[in-house]
Amino acid sequence: MLLIMLAASVLLFAVFDTDQFRRKVAVAELGGFGVATLSEQDYQHWLSRNGFEQPFWTRYGQWLARLSHGELGESLEKDVPVATLLQESIAHTAILGFFVFLFMIPLALLLGLLAGVNEGSLLDRGISLLSVLTTSTPQIATAVLLTVVLALGLNWVPAKSAMLEGWSFRELILPLLTLLIYEVGYLARMTRAATLEVMAAPYVRTAVLKGLPWSRVVSRHVLRNALIVPVTLICQELNGLLSQIVVVEVFFQYAGFGRMLFDAASFGDIQVLQAATLVAVLVAVLSQFLSDAAYVALNPRVQF
Amino acid sequence: MPLEAAPRAAPTAPLLEVRHLSVAYSLGARALPVVMDFNLTLLPGESHGLVGESGCGKSTVALAIMQWLGRQGRITSGQLLFKGRDLRLLSGDELRRTRGAQVAMIYQEPMASLNPTMRIGAQLTEVPRYNEGVSHRAARARALAMLNRVQLADALRIMEAYPHQLSGGQQQRIVIAMALLSNPSLLLLDEPTTALDVTVEAGIVDLIGSLSAEYGMSMLYISHNLALLRTICQRITVMYAGQVVETAETAALFADPHHPYTRELLAAMPQPAVHKHAQPLRAIPGQPPAPDARPPGCAFGPRCGYFVAGRCDASDVPLKVESGGRQTRCLRAGEIAWQVSPPELIDGPTRSPGATALKVRSLSKSYGPVSANECVTFDVRAGETVALVGESGSGKSTVARILMGLTQATSGSAALDGVELAQLPVGRRPAATLRALQMIFQNPFDTLNPSHTVGAQIARVIRKFRIERDKTRIDARVQELLAQVQLPAELASRRPGQLSGGQKQRVAIARAFAGQPQLVVADEPVSSLDVSVQATVVALLRDIQRESGTTLLFISHDLALVRQLADRVIVMYQGKVIEQGTVEELFAPPYHPYTEALLAAIPIADPRVTRRKMRPSVEAPSVSLPPTGCRFSSRCAYRIRGTCEVQEPPVREFAPGHRIACHLPAQELSQMQPIFEVIRP
Amino acid sequence: MLARALVQPGRWATLLVLLVWLPLIAYVMFRSALGGAASDVLLPAVPAVVALYALGLARCRGSWVASVGLTLVCFWFVIAVAVPFLPLTDPDKPIAALALPGTTKHGVHFILGSDARGRDMLSRTLWGCQRVLVWGITATAAAYAVGVVLGLLGGYLGGWCDDVVSFIGNLLLSFPVMVLFILILNLLGQSGFNIVIAVTSSSAPMIMRIVRGLTLEAKNRDYIHAAQTRGEHPLWVMGVELLPNVRGPLIVDACLRLGYTTVAITTLTFLGLGLQPPDPDWGLMIKEGATAALLWKYSYLITIPALAVSSLILGFNMIADGMRELSGRS
Repeated sequence: MLLIMLAASVLLFAVFDTDQFRRKVAVAELGGFGVATLSEQDYQHWLSRNGFEQPFWTRYGQWLARLSHGELGESLEKDVPVATLLQESIAHTAILGFFVFLFMIPLALLLGLLAGVNEGSLLDRGISLLSVLTTSTPQIATAVLLTVVLALGLNWVPAKSAMLEGWSFRELILPLLTLLIYEVGYLARMTRAATLEVMAAPYVRTAVLKGLPWSRVVSRHVLRNALIVPVTLICQELNGLLSQIVVVEVFFQYAGFGRMLFDAASFGDIQVLQAATLVAVLVAVLSQFLSDAAYVALNPRVQF
Repeated sequence: MPLEAAPRAAPTAPLLEVRHLSVAYSLGARALPVVMDFNLTLLPGESHGLVGESGCGKSTVALAIMQWLGRQGRITSGQLLFKGRDLRLLSGDELRRTRGAQVAMIYQEPMASLNPTMRIGAQLTEVPRYNEGVSHRAARARALAMLNRVQLADALRIMEAYPHQLSGGQQQRIVIAMALLSNPSLLLLDEPTTALDVTVEAGIVDLIGSLSAEYGMSMLYISHNLALLRTICQRITVMYAGQVVETAETAALFADPHHPYTRELLAAMPQPAVHKHAQPLRAIPGQPPAPDARPPGCAFGPRCGYFVAGRCDASDVPLKVESGGRQTRCLRAGEIAWQVSPPELIDGPTRSPGATALKVRSLSKSYGPVSANECVTFDVRAGETVALVGESGSGKSTVARILMGLTQATSGSAALDGVELAQLPVGRRPAATLRALQMIFQNPFDTLNPSHTVGAQIARVIRKFRIERDKTRIDARVQELLAQVQLPAELASRRPGQLSGGQKQRVAIARAFAGQPQLVVADEPVSSLDVSVQATVVALLRDIQRESGTTLLFISHDLALVRQLADRVIVMYQGKVIEQGTVEELFAPPYHPYTEALLAAIPIADPRVTRRKMRPSVEAPSVSLPPTGCRFSSRCAYRIRGTCEVQEPPVREFAPGHRIACHLPAQELSQMQPIFEVIRP
Repeated sequence: MLARALVQPGRWATLLVLLVWLPLIAYVMFRSALGGAASDVLLPAVPAVVALYALGLARCRGSWVASVGLTLVCFWFVIAVAVPFLPLTDPDKPIAALALPGTTKHGVHFILGSDARGRDMLSRTLWGCQRVLVWGITATAAAYAVGVVLGLLGGYLGGWCDDVVSFIGNLLLSFPVMVLFILILNLLGQSGFNIVIAVTSSSAPMIMRIVRGLTLEAKNRDYIHAAQTRGEHPLWVMGVELLPNVRGPLIVDACLRLGYTTVAITTLTFLGLGLQPPDPDWGLMIKEGATAALLWKYSYLITIPALAVSSLILGFNMIADGMRELSGRS
């Protein structure tokens, strides 16, 4: 896990160490209207002043050291320390993410279990159809459709979530719904598949033929085994959610981590981009680790 | 010996009456009949056996009684009267109360039948708690008592364990305990020992026998092994292709079967006591019909040696009731003159073995601290059939894999005609060696590539080993091989998915011999096949080996089969060779105690043969913690305390080539009583 | 020989697929080079799509889900290859701005209305499917080529090969997909080929993991051992013995992945990172419509492309579900 983080950081450092990006940073520091206006002489001066003749690994080590001290540099676009930017945007995204997980987990698990236990019933077919539909629509399409219906048509919620007048929950609703619709559909589908598999297992047959009431069979024998895979998937969804949050935040102009990353990339704000990507990778690696840990904890057959 | 029937004073009402039961499975739009017109009567305290091969519908009968046929299964007609009430008419709640409390079931795969995320204790206490409303403490006490009753040591530790931490035999005993906790009147056993080792099986069968005597419950024991049922059941029903073909009292059935299928089934089972030349294995040609392709009239007709065209296939054959409670579904029952000499003699003249072809010396293989093989030493002579016998964990498959180069030995040597194989991986072997050594694998469903045609796979071997180059000659050779394994020529263009298990295994034999190898290793080639199909495949293997003079190393756990097929036998236990010798030497004393246990576990179908009872032994310990001395010491009834667990047993030679590794003095071993005795008629 | 080859549906399917794919690629990617003869390239593709649809329906018999999905997908394929021959208004020509659906302006009847720049919505929607399909399929195919090869190698050969391949895969997978796209497209510039690279980088690791898992499991089957004991070369075992037998789950995954890739391409275009204007493209239409559609009555600007892209992805997902159902049943 640590190895991956290190490898990712090396990759990132190397990618942004190219001439193209160095020039951008130089221009931002020295002033000027663009890379084209940078004279070769000024550029070389700047390079030597900032220690760019040192070998790659030395500079990498220095960069790592700076990172560990929390010195993330300054944003070229907004002229604020990267750390401040990160803090604010992560906080906003964390709120959004929190609400997503809050609603998604119980809803998806419940729908998936109901569908799996009652295979073939109208309830099952309805839930399956709904999840196929919701997972077939790209986030922007859902965002669009929701905006059209709820904001433009019925006027229940504002169309954009820029939070210009301070924080308001009403502005959170559209991004929340957009994310929820996809995630609940996906997770419900996976839970249903896991439940179906467990329902067909011989030990469920044993439980029924032991004379146990159906409620006990479902609650103790089916549930416990059917939820192993969905729980690990939930942990992994942190990674997938991050991707979708980027899209949703950009669409609704929500001042979160995703939008910050996107803006930084478009502008070429390297320090922000590097830091943000590292954070994203950290989240992804953590989510994988959590998922593995959850699997070991839930499945007595697997020992660490 | 058949169990003593409980004395029945006056005719009591039957506990279970199945009348004209028919079950069908729906696949898409079609409904496939799986069980047709099934009848059974079970009295209180009676043990009734239900025997048949795979696909005959016997498990479906049990599931139908329990009313658990899944979404595709449906009872299309018939009645299931349990204590007078039709099970089909019970309400949901009544059905739930009947299950578990009155009728309990034991399943084939014990590991899969236990909840993997729930401790054993919780699974056991559930039964009395939910069926009788017993308190948690009382339920726990009952569970502990029951664990002791099913002879599981260390009951407290087992209560806290998870299913995957226990062995197969232990798991099955727990399933039995779980079934008995509610004191049912009827116990359904669906092939409870099929997935277990032979010696473990014997223990479970004994347990079931004693439990049924003690609790006085009725049992429906389902199995594919007719001989196994002989010791436990009072009456037996034989099923074929979804129908009952014969029902009779046990002794009468074995002494004088009335239906041709029953007779053929008995003849197809290898019997350990009789010499192979006196009663060779008989094969039943063909295979059971698919549910959607039943022949007109008698379902067994196409394979029956006594079939009369125009009569046997005219219309459905009814079940005829004969004297003594016998029922037979055969139009010609009673009028058939059974042929004394079998129509097909499988056995033929034996070739005398040639020079030593394979020399294995001190072969050892360990995976870290766990050793799979230790100091395995034996010889195989050219043209011989040598059997490598052992149960799971014996290391016999590892020896095969080392010989084939799929894995490498840690130390020791195995030389085939001077070429050292033990540590030579298959990727580095010269072409001549590869061609000389071929293998037949155990699982027929994985042995052929499902994406290529049968002919292409055999042709590939011929082409790879440069036996023929020209396409026409390769095709001709493929046809020859298929004919040799008695498969129709058009099978060459089919894919394995369209073949039955027996046919696939025959193709595997053809493929193995296509390269004209010097030594063929057959790793349990017939273990996954039905009894009647086993005989055919074994016969083919024997024929093709005879004709080509190939050496055969036959790996198996079935000593009875080995007796029919092999010249010499090597018995392995937990990675070590504990006895080796000719077949005759092995089946007669002196025995290694483990060999004795193996022999004593073989169920006997021939009523003229008696089998001596063995002293009981304990369940096998885990493979990874072997005792330092003799591996078998922890289970051995003859164990010498202080010696056997600590010191390696010496190898004693009783006759040239007959070796036993045991601490017991040679005299005591020679004076052991023979396991099998033929009663003179 | 020819007769035997003709009877094999698998060979036919491959031939038809090539007949559809190659002309489409030629048309979309190299249209400027082809000049006036561009649409002639697509002529053989039209009957090929219809034939493929018929073949596909035969295969999907028994699962209505798969059949409906196939119909949706083939509908868009037919549109993609036939659109130069349809009597449509020029998708790039501004006529009358913001005409509502069903109205007529400047003598042109706008069935689906016109966008903010006055271009016909119906025409743009129908033309828009070409690029999504071509780039989507190309990108997925590239990802598969890389993923399958690496997965087979890592799974079958094991050892250091497996360690290296798995490490690279895990490294790429630890970047959230969108972040990876944004990084790559910003670094390399925005073009169709770079989208292929981006999609490959994000999808290939997942495919590699799936193939590796399937390979690890299939490696222990006896027919593989039989091939090894014959002395077959590892490449032979991987390609001839293993690969045909891991096809089943891969086909289902391929359909799903085509759906994901379509989402990705549309989203990227929307974010301004994907294929560039002025060619009509659904993501672009949504983007342009989003800025213009501030009133309910102009919502058609975004709803129409959203429904178009959703129907295509729904089609892929339904085929995947149906095929899974069919293979589970058999």
